[in-house]
Amino acid sequence: MKEMQRTDTKSHYYGEFGGQFIPETLMTALNEVSDAYDKYKDDPDFLDELHTLLSDYANRPSLLYYAKNMTEDLGGAKIYFKREDLNHTGAHKINNVIGQALIAKRMGKTRLIAETGAGQHGVATATIAALFGMECEIYMGKMDTDRQKLNVYRMELLGAKVHPVTTGSMVLKDAVNAALQAWTKRVDDTFYVMGSAVGPYPFPEMVHDFQSVISKESKQQILEEEGRLPDAVVACVGGGSNAIGSFAQYIDDENVQLIGCEAAGKGVDTDQTAATIERGTTGIFHGMKSLFLQDKDGQIDKVYSISAGLDYPGVGPEHAHLAITKRAKYVGITDDEAVDAFEYIAKTEGIIAAIESCHAVAYVQKLAPTMSKDKIIICTLSGRGDKDVASIAKYRGRDIDE
Amino acid sequence: MNKLEEVFHNKKAFIPFVVADDPNFDATVQNVLTLANNGADIIELGIPFSDPVADGPIIQAADLRAFDAGVNTEVVFDIVAKIRESTTIPIIFLTYTNIVYKYGYEEFCHKCHELDISGLVIPDLPFEEQGELKEFTEQYGISLIQLIAPTSGKRISMIASQAEGFIYMVSSMGVTGKREDFSSELGSTIEEIRKTTDVPIAIGFGIHSAQQARDLSELADGIIIGSAVVEIVDKSKDLAQYSKEISQAI
Repeated sequence: MKEMQRTDTKSHYYGEFGGQFIPETLMTALNEVSDAYDKYKDDPDFLDELHTLLSDYANRPSLLYYAKNMTEDLGGAKIYFKREDLNHTGAHKINNVIGQALIAKRMGKTRLIAETGAGQHGVATATIAALFGMECEIYMGKMDTDRQKLNVYRMELLGAKVHPVTTGSMVLKDAVNAALQAWTKRVDDTFYVMGSAVGPYPFPEMVHDFQSVISKESKQQILEEEGRLPDAVVACVGGGSNAIGSFAQYIDDENVQLIGCEAAGKGVDTDQTAATIERGTTGIFHGMKSLFLQDKDGQIDKVYSISAGLDYPGVGPEHAHLAITKRAKYVGITDDEAVDAFEYIAKTEGIIAAIESCHAVAYVQKLAPTMSKDKIIICTLSGRGDKDVASIAKYRGRDIDE
Repeated sequence: MNKLEEVFHNKKAFIPFVVADDPNFDATVQNVLTLANNGADIIELGIPFSDPVADGPIIQAADLRAFDAGVNTEVVFDIVAKIRESTTIPIIFLTYTNIVYKYGYEEFCHKCHELDISGLVIPDLPFEEQGELKEFTEQYGISLIQLIAPTSGKRISMIASQAEGFIYMVSSMGVTGKREDFSSELGSTIEEIRKTTDVPIAIGFGIHSAQQARDLSELADGIIIGSAVVEIVDKSKDLAQYSKEISQAI
């Protein structure tokens, strides 16, 4: 029965997007991950261990915090923040890493590899590798190792080896290339922990499932707090892992507007952008059919954003599907807007949020005043912003010694 | 018989790889003709991709040189048209799925047919995802070359049963590039393939010396040499001499 399902490739797709476009050298390993995931995802022992780690180690459930000051200041909809920044390791990434690492452990794998952009996924992977006593190697673009030095050292402190990737544009896309290549070199004992809702099946599905804890909790929390569902859910989108987790439980609730905030960099209409859904076209890359920033020949564009976690030329296939079917809306937020939001939420709510998350905060600043006071917005703060303080200072012309 | 399969009739095939437009248009045409005139049996021509995940540093560097020369899909087709003025040697393309997808599967296959391209090697298009493209490769008589890896295991019979032209046997794990050791399971993998099909098998990834070419050609029907050829092109070494040496070794 399993064999049959695997050859039915349509189940690997979200509408026209998804699939498994990777070299034959990895297909067996990928199918093994897929089989293991099918086997364990509903297994009581697995779920028990997952939930125990999420609550006792990662500090879940995360708070749903009513941002009273911001709500009053903006004078419109009530704003709630889903505080993934309060998780252990400071971002939503840990939710998914715990899940995938537990699968890896059950498969008998002893070594975890991962790509990372801002370093949050790398830190989360290194953390769980330390906890589980596994070897860990992280691939990170050289540009990102330079702008996120704190996270590089943090990973090393946790016992991981960090490889600065010097090919291509030396950012997240290139880190994924390098991690995939590293996986082809050593598959027997190694599990590739994909950090975002991208890549070949089953990664987008696993990441969706493990990050869904965000919206499972927020739904229950908002029902307890307000007795009703939110009118809008807002989250930032690079590859789209925190956004898909934030949206997942609301996709069937048609009255809940879902809004993903992409990194527009210097502007959606400039060539220094990472606004994949607004500017991208359908293509096949990094294991998936999805939307990509690319030229007419299919060469993948170099992308740009102040945020190392969002400057990715593609987006997860489920987001591409949600965009094409208009179930979710995607908007571009520029560097300037995100940096303004970084400062605004710090001063208004006393929260230093990740520059990635501040793309969502910036949109909330625009959206809330257009909605009446009886409306509710939930915005996911995907991570904390300590890692960004030095680069924001630099952006504002202040050089601080890290 | 398929045009590619004919090449392997009563002989071992030498299949060198050249990146199109590396370092420029005229040099590529010249290099392909040099190979064709010095023992090569099939030319594998690479259409560069911005993110070649199956390729190692040597071929990545060649792709970058080609981009510096302004390569794009149309330029590669022009290069083949120029080559076709002088030789009828079978040519196959190696490229990545997105390049073919963006050109349009049907349009790409139609163009290949016009240029007498015999086959396509697409490392990131595994068996399960080939359906849409296969409709057009069949229509235009182009072989979609199947890759089989040391880890293919239970997938071998499924893949081999659909093989045409030749099977690209990946010698070892990892990416392209010169190496000294090959998978110890090469022999048994090839035996496994033989249970399903008689389509010729060519071994690629890592081969560079004449001795390796000789040893590996005993296991299979042909050998593919990529990075080593690309490096000779880059360093302006004697390509004709190397080509002769390899073709005589096998």
